[in-house]
Amino acid sequence: MIVAKRKPLNEIAEMLVPYNKVTVIGCRSCVAICLAGGEKEVKMLVSALKIKNRKEGRKQEFEGFVVERQCEKEWVQEVQDKILGSDITLSMACSLGAQTIGDLYPTHLTFPGLNTGMFGVPEEQGVWSEKCVGCGDCIIHTTGGICPISRCAKSMLNGPCGGSANGKCEVNLDIDCAWSAIYDRLKLQNRLDLIEKITPAKDWSTSHSGGRRTYVREDAKLTPHQKKGKEGVQ
Amino acid sequence: MVERKPKIVGFCCERHGMDAVVLSARSGKQYDASVRVVQVPCAGRVDGIHLLKAFEDGADAVFVLGCLEKNCYYDTGSIEGRKRVDYVKQMLMEAGIEKERIEMFNAASSNVWMFPEIASKMVEVARKLGPIGRGEKP
Repeated sequence: MIVAKRKPLNEIAEMLVPYNKVTVIGCRSCVAICLAGGEKEVKMLVSALKIKNRKEGRKQEFEGFVVERQCEKEWVQEVQDKILGSDITLSMACSLGAQTIGDLYPTHLTFPGLNTGMFGVPEEQGVWSEKCVGCGDCIIHTTGGICPISRCAKSMLNGPCGGSANGKCEVNLDIDCAWSAIYDRLKLQNRLDLIEKITPAKDWSTSHSGGRRTYVREDAKLTPHQKKGKEGVQ
Repeated sequence: MVERKPKIVGFCCERHGMDAVVLSARSGKQYDASVRVVQVPCAGRVDGIHLLKAFEDGADAVFVLGCLEKNCYYDTGSIEGRKRVDYVKQMLMEAGIEKERIEMFNAASSNVWMFPEIASKMVEVARKLGPIGRGEKP
């Protein structure tokens, strides 16, 4: 899932200073799971901003609510009136949610309330760690199911490097060495021969380095006739 | 001029927390009337939004009173409560509000002296810091 973190309260408050009516919109998907932008976090942020304003003698109107998935136009359009009825929208979703609102209503200001961080998994309650960078060319079937691109500080395809010691990374001793983990996993799977196999340089054109990516599934796309019909229903 | 009465909200767990409140009253101890006690099923039930809402609605200081951490009726409720108080403390500091306005306390049912002491301490904090912001009410 996408893991994000709330921006510092002061930074958010500063962004919102010139605007009187603020709509704060959270998302019930990834950012709710990582406790950054769900219903509770939206309510807490609105409450904290109101208290801060009282402290500083500033008057602003806040309204907070949550949509099911802020990255999908249909869900955002359901709250169109609330968005357009405010001076500014503070998105408490990942950058995708904020950009979806921005693309739908380009003349309306939408600011981010979260810093979008990574594709991560919950390791334990309250701890999330990065396990994918979305490179567009997955190779974890050859690395024991562990991604060296995201979990190795050097994104090495043939490891470990000389900085690996006692299963830890030289970059930070709190970080596990991905290649040490890959070695242990392959050993468990009796596939250690794979670690000796040299992986050639990766084709990064499928990653963000190749520019903005768009995936299309032709069979799922609507034909002009279908689009017309759908618009008619709406 | 009439002195403004501080507003303090205390979320007390219905086990040791409320026992400590009720027993102190039964044993004739008095506490400041500025403290409004809100009974909750467990200190762990108190959420950050409850604490912030109390401030939003005009409280000068807020506290949570739960069981002793190693003797919590629901095992980890007091620990959960403390973590929430710490989180809100952090949020208040980010908002430029004094962190002393919110505290977590733990009591055993038999600590009859404790609740009046907690009440006095929080009243003192509220008097010293005054209301949040310029106005008396949000």
